[in-house]
Amino acid sequence: MKIKLSQILAHIVLILGVLLMVIPIWLSFASSTHDTVTILKEGMKFGLGDQLTRNYNEVLNEKGGWSEEVTAAKMFINSFIMALGIATLKVIISAMSAYALVYFRFKFAVPIFWLIFITLLVPLEVRIFPSYKIVSDLGLTNSYTGLVLPLVASATATFFFRQFYKTIPDELLESAKLDGANSWRFFIDFLVPLSKTMIAAMFIFMFVYGYSQYLWPLIMTTSEEYWTVVMGMKIIFTESYEGVALPRTAERFAYIILSMIPPVLVVVFLQKWFIKGLIQTEK
Amino acid sequence: MSFLELNKVTKIYPNGTKAVHETSMNVENGEFMVFVGPSGCGKSTLLRMIAGLEDITEGNINLDGILINKVDPSERDVAMVFQNYALYPHMNVYNNLAYGLKNRGISKEDIEKKVNEAAKLLQISEYLQRKPSMLSGGQRQRVAMGRAIVRSPKIFLFDEPLSNLDAKLRIQMRLEIKKLQQKVGVTSIFVTHDQVEAMTLADRLAVINNGLIEQLGTPIEIYNNPKSMFVAGFIGSPQMNFLEGELKNKTLTSEGFEINNVTSDFNGPVILGIRPEHMSQTDKGLINLSVDLVEQLGSDNLIYGEIKNKKDFCFRCPGSQIIKKGSKLSLNINDNNYYVFDKSNGNRVN
Repeated sequence: MKIKLSQILAHIVLILGVLLMVIPIWLSFASSTHDTVTILKEGMKFGLGDQLTRNYNEVLNEKGGWSEEVTAAKMFINSFIMALGIATLKVIISAMSAYALVYFRFKFAVPIFWLIFITLLVPLEVRIFPSYKIVSDLGLTNSYTGLVLPLVASATATFFFRQFYKTIPDELLESAKLDGANSWRFFIDFLVPLSKTMIAAMFIFMFVYGYSQYLWPLIMTTSEEYWTVVMGMKIIFTESYEGVALPRTAERFAYIILSMIPPVLVVVFLQKWFIKGLIQTEK
Repeated sequence: MSFLELNKVTKIYPNGTKAVHETSMNVENGEFMVFVGPSGCGKSTLLRMIAGLEDITEGNINLDGILINKVDPSERDVAMVFQNYALYPHMNVYNNLAYGLKNRGISKEDIEKKVNEAAKLLQISEYLQRKPSMLSGGQRQRVAMGRAIVRSPKIFLFDEPLSNLDAKLRIQMRLEIKKLQQKVGVTSIFVTHDQVEAMTLADRLAVINNGLIEQLGTPIEIYNNPKSMFVAGFIGSPQMNFLEGELKNKTLTSEGFEINNVTSDFNGPVILGIRPEHMSQTDKGLINLSVDLVEQLGSDNLIYGEIKNKKDFCFRCPGSQIIKKGSKLSLNINDNNYYVFDKSNGNRVN
């Protein structure tokens, strides 16, 4: 009986946790299916309304912004490009720099590693002015390159890859050498397949990181063509405040729900490797 | 000119440790050479220098008439079996065997043929599609051997490949390695710290201590005629008994007995070595042993006891002989099978 009681308690806690995570999302979703007037009159809704297609259609296709030219769909594409670029490059660069740090005995490898590690203490927000200065001097403002490039180095991922490579026995490298693998082949034929779960896990982290960037794109972009989803959340559908029209609450809920979909999809598709990568069973 | 020639090969690590001293030796084509010695004696370092995994500080290594000091390991045409096998965990057995061939640009059909041949030879054909993690220790060992064989290299290098196996499997694999080497006929160097492995596998044996080859010869030569106390103590199981003594005018005095007409002109303190199997019981023998312990192995009995000041003196007799703890034995040395070493440097003097 004792075990059962503790199990029940555990489940209650878990269920509460799940509710805590899910209820706000459900509230947003349910509210996004009503029309604005209902929400303004009655507050957020638990039940579903009948305006789903209208609201979502409007969000995706209506032109907004100051110039009335940017659509939410365009912002999704921008965010996706930015997150994909950041995640892909971060994984490639971190894996390769970790490879250099672990397998090539060059001078000051350890100090260089710690230097990379220390950059964890200097997030983009701290170095935003120098970063902006560099990017703007390079003429990369209002471009995808400018959005992605300053964010592609990752101390966290370098650290994880380094720790993983260190667990790979030296004999594997020696054996591969005798089998005629050069350093490039060893990286491609051994380290990449052996760390594929790690790569997936890092990719997810970095994708979500890239997707949720706010400050950098806000500063970087003056052209609405490069707006991202997270920026749009603040800016889009705000014009109504100035006029006589009502605030478009329902559409904004729909926008929030839509903005969650890409990272959720990435996690759903990669979660098998993601979990493996975190617990590291396959070696 | 020999197949593999080591000429004054020396290894000094960056921290100043001298792992291998000016070592010179030759290995003939098709020979099975074993490096044996205690851990840390430099035997693995020597092997790894031949493989190209360690730089050679001084000296030269010639393989098949080519100086290979600066040749990249991949181009030396050597194959190595590692202690932990170092199988590629993400590749199945087939690809483990094929990987080295692929890197050499061999055609797909040839690779398949060679892999299948090697697999058949090692009886691993049915595991070709499995990953190493799904294999037992013995099977992994075979795959590691297969990976070496499939490339038909100039030389096989074995770095203590049997030490991860259990006792029974070790004996079985030992036999198989020897058979395989005889069948394939490839020159092999085998590193081990196990003297039984060394004795059974070797055509010739190099006993290494502190980065120096103490003695080089066939196993039986080394067993019968050890040049130093170290070699005498290392080769042979159970270990040779060592007694302190004094040699003067061809008469050796030790632990309560005397041996006359020793064939040596050495005078001074010596160590007398007697193998446990080189004694037999008589009525009035040289050595009086009071038995402390009897180990019955079935075929043999190992008797441990005390003679005067020396404890744990070992005597080996047939298993049929019943000897009780506490009894007194009188032993003679058979056919003058004893060894006398200079106490100061351990060199053989008789």
